[in-house]
Amino acid sequence: MTVFTTPTSELEIPEPRTPWRNPAKSFRTNATTAVISAVVALLLYALTGLDGVLGWYVSFVIGLLAVVLVQSYLQKSKNVTDRVASILVSVGFASVLIPWISLIATVINRGRHAIYVGFFTHDMLVNSMDEPLNLGGISHAIVGTLIIVGLSTLVAAPLGIISAIYIVEINGKGARAVRFLTQAMSGVPSIVAGLFIYSTIVITLTHKNNAFAGALALAVLMLPTVARTSEEVLKVVPRDLRDSSYALGATQMRTTFKVVLPTVRSGLITATILGVARVAGETAPLLLTSQYFVRLTTNIFDSPMASLPTYVFGALRTGTELSMARAWGAALVLISIVVLLSVIARLLSGRPSGRK
Amino acid sequence: MKLLPVSDTEVSPRILKVSRGTADKVFRGVVLAGAMFSVAVLGLICAFLLYRGFEIFKDFGFSFFTSSRWEAAADDGSSPAHYGVAAMLVGSIVVATIAVVLAVPFAMSVALYLEYYAPQFLKRTLVSILDLVASIPSVIWGIWGYTILMPHAMGWSKTLNHWLGWIPIFKVPVPIFERSPFIAGTLLAMMILPIITSVTREVYSQAPRDQVDAAYGLGSTKWGAIKTVVLPFGKSGLVGGTMLGLGRALGETIAVYLVLNLVFKVNFHILASVGGNVASMIATKFGEAGPYELKALMAAGLVLFLLTLGVNFLASAIVNRSKKIA
Repeated sequence: MTVFTTPTSELEIPEPRTPWRNPAKSFRTNATTAVISAVVALLLYALTGLDGVLGWYVSFVIGLLAVVLVQSYLQKSKNVTDRVASILVSVGFASVLIPWISLIATVINRGRHAIYVGFFTHDMLVNSMDEPLNLGGISHAIVGTLIIVGLSTLVAAPLGIISAIYIVEINGKGARAVRFLTQAMSGVPSIVAGLFIYSTIVITLTHKNNAFAGALALAVLMLPTVARTSEEVLKVVPRDLRDSSYALGATQMRTTFKVVLPTVRSGLITATILGVARVAGETAPLLLTSQYFVRLTTNIFDSPMASLPTYVFGALRTGTELSMARAWGAALVLISIVVLLSVIARLLSGRPSGRK
Repeated sequence: MKLLPVSDTEVSPRILKVSRGTADKVFRGVVLAGAMFSVAVLGLICAFLLYRGFEIFKDFGFSFFTSSRWEAAADDGSSPAHYGVAAMLVGSIVVATIAVVLAVPFAMSVALYLEYYAPQFLKRTLVSILDLVASIPSVIWGIWGYTILMPHAMGWSKTLNHWLGWIPIFKVPVPIFERSPFIAGTLLAMMILPIITSVTREVYSQAPRDQVDAAYGLGSTKWGAIKTVVLPFGKSGLVGGTMLGLGRALGETIAVYLVLNLVFKVNFHILASVGGNVASMIATKFGEAGPYELKALMAAGLVLFLLTLGVNFLASAIVNRSKKIA
């Protein structure tokens, strides 16, 4: 009979770990790492062809990884993978922020030059894109966007909410199919929505490009957003509320209109605003349907109509320095509207954003 | 105590019979009709594009998918019209693939960072910012991509070509790096990142807490817990989110229009200034199209629609399944 024994001298007692704590918690370690990495980055920056702020960033990342690997080797740490992984995750996250910051900064920085008081009150009837920036403006585009998006909301919001009511309240045989199809509908490419409305409304019915067609094209894109968000909202209504209403003898219609919908009013408004924010910046479908018009018009059937995205696009295609400045100016207005709408929607919904 | 007599007939659950009033019947009918109408839009899109583009499918048959030529008939009638979307289809797929390949690792790291690394007070702000970025219009991404990203990306293209030029896809026939599929793919990657991230993050956040804690309890590091619990758990969510992003990338029009040089040629050299995708081709050709070319554009639109719809069906099926498990 053999007895398995382990000589105590060979027994390795592991260091107690504290995985819930940041492994490189101490400020000094972090600071040293950062400083050494910066020095390595400086060397890399000087020796290789990397240049600009971006070059700095890339060399710093390389330096940081190298330093951490060396440090871990020197300290014989078993957490090399963990440290490298956490650095990679953080670096990946930070890298993603770069284009976002750049985009916002560029739009604000370049857009502000085009903005003056008249920018919001003039249209482009007597001015061309290439004239100095104190002439002409985007009033026609702003009004156009408001009309087109407003009309599409009138179409899409009720339909979207009705689809959600069907899925949640009626929950009939087709509910799952409706749910699945509205989900798939959110992936319809915007240009296809434009082509569809062009082939139905413009060719068959009105025979000319107009704002009405533009609004319908946007409605196709807006409907799935409204439907899906409303559905999530309706699901939150407690079952008890409905049951109490039924117990009082109310019909399903009265229950829906008097109990369920009032309970989630702000949620439905949020859903609608999210839908508006989704389509307010759409360009491709409008190029095919409402196109662009230099003059402020409120005629939704007989003439094309300008909108902010098509204005930006038109100014961009003119391609001169002044027209580019106009494009950035209009882009700043457009992005402000979209961001403002999204913020209002999140505030109204009152839940932590992102949770759906 | 007396036992109740047990009947020897089989006991079946009572069936509730709901009798609804007229008002309710009307209400249910209206709601059903509304929902059906919303969904019918998908069918209508398909039907109308097929109706308008049918002549093209009849005239060119399968060569519509295999030919890369896109030429209107000459005015004097010397050469007939010829339409084919092969180059554009390949272009769409190439650009979308580049976008997905670039976006997925970053989307994963953002999702992991937000769920497991970010300080608690930052997390909510960061998630709201992510949502806001998702709503930036594509024309603004396009103008930014054209003026800011392109000069940088051209530099990266040169470096890639210099060091990896021996790999076929990084070759360039002519050293022009402007408006290439690589640049379009990079821009699209930034545009689809929020959608991939938000789906992935949602699934990662549902990873079973007890298993994560168990991993910690066994002495695992944070990365160990993520690798053994979170990543396997979130795999189908990641795949679904990626497919949704792929669908977006395939259908993107304006941004691609601005940063990609439209050439009707099948091209796999991603750094060369030759490319295109179906959506941006439609936007480009639409303005000057005659009646017959318009039909060809409708047919191309149908192809794009069916392609993205297929991808999206698959994506929502995968996402729904992963949510059900979670």
